[in-house]
Amino acid sequence: MDQLWIDIAAILAVAAPLVIAAMGETLSERAGVINLSLDGTMLLAAMTGFAVALNTQNLILGFAAAALVGALVAAILGVFSLTLGQSQTAVGFVLALLCTDLSSFLGAPFVRLPGPAVPFMPIPGLADLPVFGQILFRHDPVIYASFLLVPATAYLLYGTRLGLIVRALGERPAAVYARGIDVTRWRYAMLILGGALVGIAGAAFSLDLKQGWSYRHTFGSGWIVLAIVIFGGWRPLRVALGCYLFAALEIVATRSQSTLPGIPSQIIQVAPFVLMILVLALVNLASSPTVARWIATLPSVLQRPLLVVVYRLRATAPAALGQPFERP
Amino acid sequence: MRIAVEQLTKRFGTVWANNRLTIEFAAGQIHGVLGENGAGKSTLMKVLSGYLRPDEGRILFDGKPCQLRGPGDALAAGVGMVHQEPLDIPAFTVLENLLCAAPPGVFRSWRAAQRALEELAERLGFAVDPAARLDQLTIGQRQQVEIMRLLLCGAQVLILDEPTTGITAAQTRALFTALRQIAAEGRTVLFVSHKLEEVAELCHTVTVLRNGEVVPPGQLVMPQPQEYLLTLMFGDAGTTPPVYRPLPSIDSPPVWELRQVTVRSGTLHLLDLNHRFAAGRIIGLAGLDGSGQQVLLRLLAGQLTPDRGQILVNGRDLSGAGAIAFREAGIEYLPADRLRDGLIGALSLAEHFALLQRTGVIVDRRTAEELARQAIAEYQIKATPLTPIAALSGGNQQRAMLALVPPTARGILAEQPTRGLDVASARAIWSRLQARRDAGCCIVFASPDLDEIMEYSDEVIVCFAGRIGPSIPRALLSAGRLAELIGGVGFEALVEAV
Repeated sequence: MDQLWIDIAAILAVAAPLVIAAMGETLSERAGVINLSLDGTMLLAAMTGFAVALNTQNLILGFAAAALVGALVAAILGVFSLTLGQSQTAVGFVLALLCTDLSSFLGAPFVRLPGPAVPFMPIPGLADLPVFGQILFRHDPVIYASFLLVPATAYLLYGTRLGLIVRALGERPAAVYARGIDVTRWRYAMLILGGALVGIAGAAFSLDLKQGWSYRHTFGSGWIVLAIVIFGGWRPLRVALGCYLFAALEIVATRSQSTLPGIPSQIIQVAPFVLMILVLALVNLASSPTVARWIATLPSVLQRPLLVVVYRLRATAPAALGQPFERP
Repeated sequence: MRIAVEQLTKRFGTVWANNRLTIEFAAGQIHGVLGENGAGKSTLMKVLSGYLRPDEGRILFDGKPCQLRGPGDALAAGVGMVHQEPLDIPAFTVLENLLCAAPPGVFRSWRAAQRALEELAERLGFAVDPAARLDQLTIGQRQQVEIMRLLLCGAQVLILDEPTTGITAAQTRALFTALRQIAAEGRTVLFVSHKLEEVAELCHTVTVLRNGEVVPPGQLVMPQPQEYLLTLMFGDAGTTPPVYRPLPSIDSPPVWELRQVTVRSGTLHLLDLNHRFAAGRIIGLAGLDGSGQQVLLRLLAGQLTPDRGQILVNGRDLSGAGAIAFREAGIEYLPADRLRDGLIGALSLAEHFALLQRTGVIVDRRTAEELARQAIAEYQIKATPLTPIAALSGGNQQRAMLALVPPTARGILAEQPTRGLDVASARAIWSRLQARRDAGCCIVFASPDLDEIMEYSDEVIVCFAGRIGPSIPRALLSAGRLAELIGGVGFEALVEAV
């Protein structure tokens, strides 16, 4: 049984950078802006954060530098898409490629150097609780932050008036403008805030979970985060759940490497990505018209509960996601 | 609040949308603003609500000049605009929508907002569930929510742009009651419309705009004779009644024949339809919204497959053949939502004609543009062959859609063919449809407007609660009798008599 608790704790830890990045992307996309540069931003921020922390021997400065890089890339995306009205997808994609290559180029001197790392910090008292202590309270500050970030994002979006404005920005910016809000300015704010979180997620790799720096250090997890945000229906709790599921698949894959030595390691590395997409696609299939037709043929006793499940699983994109806003 | 404009001018390129307007709207009254499409009503309202900045002239609130940098400024100054499609957030609940970006200090908490909303709804006679999602509500209900939001956010002047388009008669009555209450409380209501009857019923004063100017200068106190207002709006063109011609008798097989057809769509279930739709007739479908007219139109267009029975088109059995086969048999369907189901907004008229080309790989631009030019001349569409359809006004879009119907069409199905059009455009559309009828086409149309049904139909079919009545020659029907039948009075007897 103890092994299970340890595994769960490991899943929560491995998922921390994904959760942080996914919350950042959720905030931007809820405000109507797709930050497709996410994977590249994470790499560049991971490299910068590591380099700064290494040279200053100060972790806080490392994370701050990473957040700054994330915010800066987001701001560049904002200038092109929000101010100049260019396609968010195209600009974001180019930025993703550019940042990836920049991280390899600028990060060359730091490859495989030993550097500072976020210290393990069990919470006194709570860490000794049975089960819960083991799962939740024997981690480091970055992981604790990822735990807190999920309810915080959900509360921001659903519990505050600021959240109402953010969601409305992604649903119908014209209505927000009619209420006297500067749409572009607020979209910039959410895009940059989200970008900073993505940057911190990058540093969470290089300074915590995969300490150090190497070529393509985050192994494409930025792209999976983009998919998780979509399939998670832009809802923080569901998105976080998606991140934990992916982390669980990764851990299972690592385990099977030792138990199934016959399988090439490349397959095992890629398997979580494939499985994740399959799971997410299946979940979303529930809300397809085909399933609705199939449900309609069932006896009426079964229909109601099934429809409730389908309704719960449904993920609708913010109506104005990715669309530029022109002042009328 | 008293609201006035002085020497207000707004130009778009070479078009003077508003030409030195000077008007004052007094507080505590409902002011009608009349004018045909393109007369400058919308521009004036957008200037007053902060969406557009005037090129020249001033806006005065209670005598004080005011600079509006955006709709937020206008609302802060006390002017709220209810757009034709309410500018709310469909994914939100009524309460979330109310609180979203509300001016600071207006609502102290969610509960306070809910109480304020329920109180106001009670006072205005609206029924509203604060927890309902807006995309589950009808346009009429969303409009009510928007009116209440603006009032709660401090609007002293309420501008309504064509508020009765797309809402039910009951909602219109509720709206009018509420507007009277709002005016009685000392607020100013501007009611923009092209429906004379509604302005006559509701408004204390009326301002008529034509070609960007107020005619005659200044407000008119209601009531005014309807013919006089029509002359003001349209010049002389608006008052000529359409010419009524006796029906030619045509001995060709019916365009549609329904034999024992049963069809289902949503909750509506049309049973045992036996109808013949003869060539050379205009057949009006009357009934309350959702009584089955649309289902019948879609059945005749081949978009719905009957569960049982036969549909014969020009004598050929096309039961279950699908919409493409119906089109090939000469059936054309003109949907109510022109830009969603009918036309492609980003494409030009020439490109629409090009889409109809069925041969060759390369687009024959020259022929398409030639066809478009002919259509523009023939249907008097205000556009060039290369203007995107979305840039056209509603009337011109409707004409364009009609122009795309090939001359070989045998049957035209039109769902609310004059929806949102002013009187002159509507008459133009009808004269085209009548020309098609005279050429031997059968035209079946649905309209919520009883006057339109009475004026243009040769035969009328009443739909009531998912049941389709027999077709009645127009000559045997009075407006009063039609209104009764739509409400179900005597409908049963009519069905049994056949």
